[in-house]
Amino acid sequence: MSRVRPSLSEFEALTKRSKGRKRALIQVLQDVQDRFHWLPPEALEHVAEALGVPLVKVYGVATFYKSFSLTPRGRHVCTVCLGTACHVRGGAAVLEEFERKLGVAAGRTTPDGRYTLERVNCLGACALAPLAVVDGRYHGQMSQAKVASVLAEAEKDEAP
Amino acid sequence: MTTTRAHLLVCAGTGCVSCGAFDVRKALEHEVKRRGLEGEVLVVTTGCNGFCERGPILLVQPDGVFYQRLKPADIPHLVEEHLVKGRPVQALMYVPPREREPVPRMKDIEFFKHQRLIVLSNRGRIDPERIDDAIAYDGYAGAAKALAEMTPEAIIAEVTRAGLRGRGGAGFPTGLKWAAARRAAGDPRYVVCNGDEGDPGAFMDRSVLEADPHAVIEGMIIGARAVGAARGFLYIRHEYPLAIHRIGLALDQARAYGLLGKNILGTGFDFDLEVVRGAGAFVSGEETALLASIEGGRAYPRQRPPYPAERGLWGQPTVINNVETWANVPHIIRRGADWFGAIGTETSKGTKIFSLVGKIANTGLVEVPMGITLREIVYGIGGGIPGGREFKAVQIGGPSGGCIPKSGLDLAVDYESLKAAGTMMGSGGMIVMDEDTCMVDIALYFLRFAEEESCGKCSPCRVGTGAMARVLAKITAGEGTAEDLARLETLADAVKRGSLCGLGQTAPNPILSTLRYFRDEYEAHVFDKRCPALVCKALIAFAIDAEKCVGCLLCKKACPTGAISGELKKVHTIDQAACIKCGICQSVCPAKVRAVRRTTGGAAAAAGERR
Repeated sequence: MSRVRPSLSEFEALTKRSKGRKRALIQVLQDVQDRFHWLPPEALEHVAEALGVPLVKVYGVATFYKSFSLTPRGRHVCTVCLGTACHVRGGAAVLEEFERKLGVAAGRTTPDGRYTLERVNCLGACALAPLAVVDGRYHGQMSQAKVASVLAEAEKDEAP
Repeated sequence: MTTTRAHLLVCAGTGCVSCGAFDVRKALEHEVKRRGLEGEVLVVTTGCNGFCERGPILLVQPDGVFYQRLKPADIPHLVEEHLVKGRPVQALMYVPPREREPVPRMKDIEFFKHQRLIVLSNRGRIDPERIDDAIAYDGYAGAAKALAEMTPEAIIAEVTRAGLRGRGGAGFPTGLKWAAARRAAGDPRYVVCNGDEGDPGAFMDRSVLEADPHAVIEGMIIGARAVGAARGFLYIRHEYPLAIHRIGLALDQARAYGLLGKNILGTGFDFDLEVVRGAGAFVSGEETALLASIEGGRAYPRQRPPYPAERGLWGQPTVINNVETWANVPHIIRRGADWFGAIGTETSKGTKIFSLVGKIANTGLVEVPMGITLREIVYGIGGGIPGGREFKAVQIGGPSGGCIPKSGLDLAVDYESLKAAGTMMGSGGMIVMDEDTCMVDIALYFLRFAEEESCGKCSPCRVGTGAMARVLAKITAGEGTAEDLARLETLADAVKRGSLCGLGQTAPNPILSTLRYFRDEYEAHVFDKRCPALVCKALIAFAIDAEKCVGCLLCKKACPTGAISGELKKVHTIDQAACIKCGICQSVCPAKVRAVRRTTGGAAAAAGERR
């Protein structure tokens, strides 16, 4: 689970592949993000040391790109696409309904750590617009009315 | 090679995969096995067919029969009827909008009929995860010719003569770029593929990478030979996991066949490629920002010149081309500049891939010859606007582009004519809008996008995009004044002229083009406090038509604020003071009732003022 503090040996395994090359910074951070779903502060320090890059630069890169998260993410991730095609087909209303149902604004995680709500500027699956992705599963032709059932489906998949 | 009597080509592009293509494939494989057809019938997964609206898609060859919107439950019947009894299943075929008879064959479907496939010629016919399939369709024949028979100068001359121009947006002649890199002093040199397709509403690069990754690799081998590069990078955005996966497989297979690495095809030429995943920043699509990102830093653009062809990656000469540009190269080398130059218009040669999305009947990816009219694309291929609505505009070129109104439908699509119309080719996103789309809201959408994606390095873009977005927000809130319209134009001019890179220089285009063609809509918001498209929340109200309402309680139950009152079988009413205008009442009201409507101006404005 995302809240567990990873061990040093795990970071070492992830940074090893870079062979200390400075240009691997983004790729290493991506591997850390993929593994833990966020970038714990220890990870940034370790990566800085392993690649010989100043911590401030690591932090700069980690905050510049959208795929990195400096806070732990929820067990379920809901991503609502607001690309232009989704926008003209009512994506904003779908996002608002997710916000109301989950009680958090886009970009935030519910206080109980169950859901993270995100919006994205285009997933390139415009034929399915408006589109929402919950836990990697694509839900095309979304509507406000479908939000409740999509969330219920995610709940159901939750391991007891 | 074994032969089979039929090929079942299952589309496995992102669109079809999202709606269950892999389940359909599994069902097909199971059914084929169950009926003992294994030796006779081959199930193949292909790249994106383009007709994403209709996924999951299955093409049966050699009959050319096109099945669409398949579910695993359809498969046993389909296999029995079509493959055992030889009777294609009409119920699973495509029926054009406003018609009743299905169209059995892919080549007769309007969506496919008007296309001209060059870059996408392998889509839907090869398995992109098998290099042998690509080779069977002349894959790497262009690279072999370039490496074995042509000098670097001859390659550059051929590409220049073909008239190929960059497909990423700006349309710079590819041959000139290569020649500049070849002339530039410095070693090593690099070639880079820009696969950071960030324009919302555009997905042709993803599709090319997913459907025919070897074409991109082959183009880069040829380019590397032309400029004398030994290494190259493919920068692909992380939102495209399937594309990254397929290009990775393709690289491994190409290496195993000696098409990458040392001494390629025994010609003594060494070249290898590496994939770099983007990390989510729109500005990375700008070439100097992309190079900064490959170097491991923040994707900050820098002043040009010097252009990357002279000083690119780590200060060395670097050719950076878009995915679609690279994928054109093998065809030019293999079939010649004359063949390529015969397609398209005087200044824009070849084809262009567009993603046709938004309020359009046939959503999907289309490859058409340059010079085709917008009308042919929107009505001929796209099947027009669904739901009996009126066409209003088509937005081309993403956040850097503009909207073209109805009067521009007969415009021939090429780099110059689009620019003259106030937009740009961009990467090729075409978003169709109907009368329910508010043009001020669209301008605000793009400016908010630009504000969010501005990297912050230069202040005209960082401050200016936000300032323009705030003025637009004020107008959509019904608080705009005549001075605001003038201010928008002043700001747009300043940001256009003062910004460092393409992101800022083109960010005002969505405002300028909507002001040019839809000024009346801005004026309706500013002077009449009306939103003619019934979109801007502050200017609209929801009302229930007493004559139509059947009192079913659906809207009352769905309303998140309890603003709707009424009893079963009695007319419901909306308390305007409590209504947050989320529109959910309208979306749940049954299609045959349609009692909830939107209004604007007059009463709606008064209701807005009350809140």
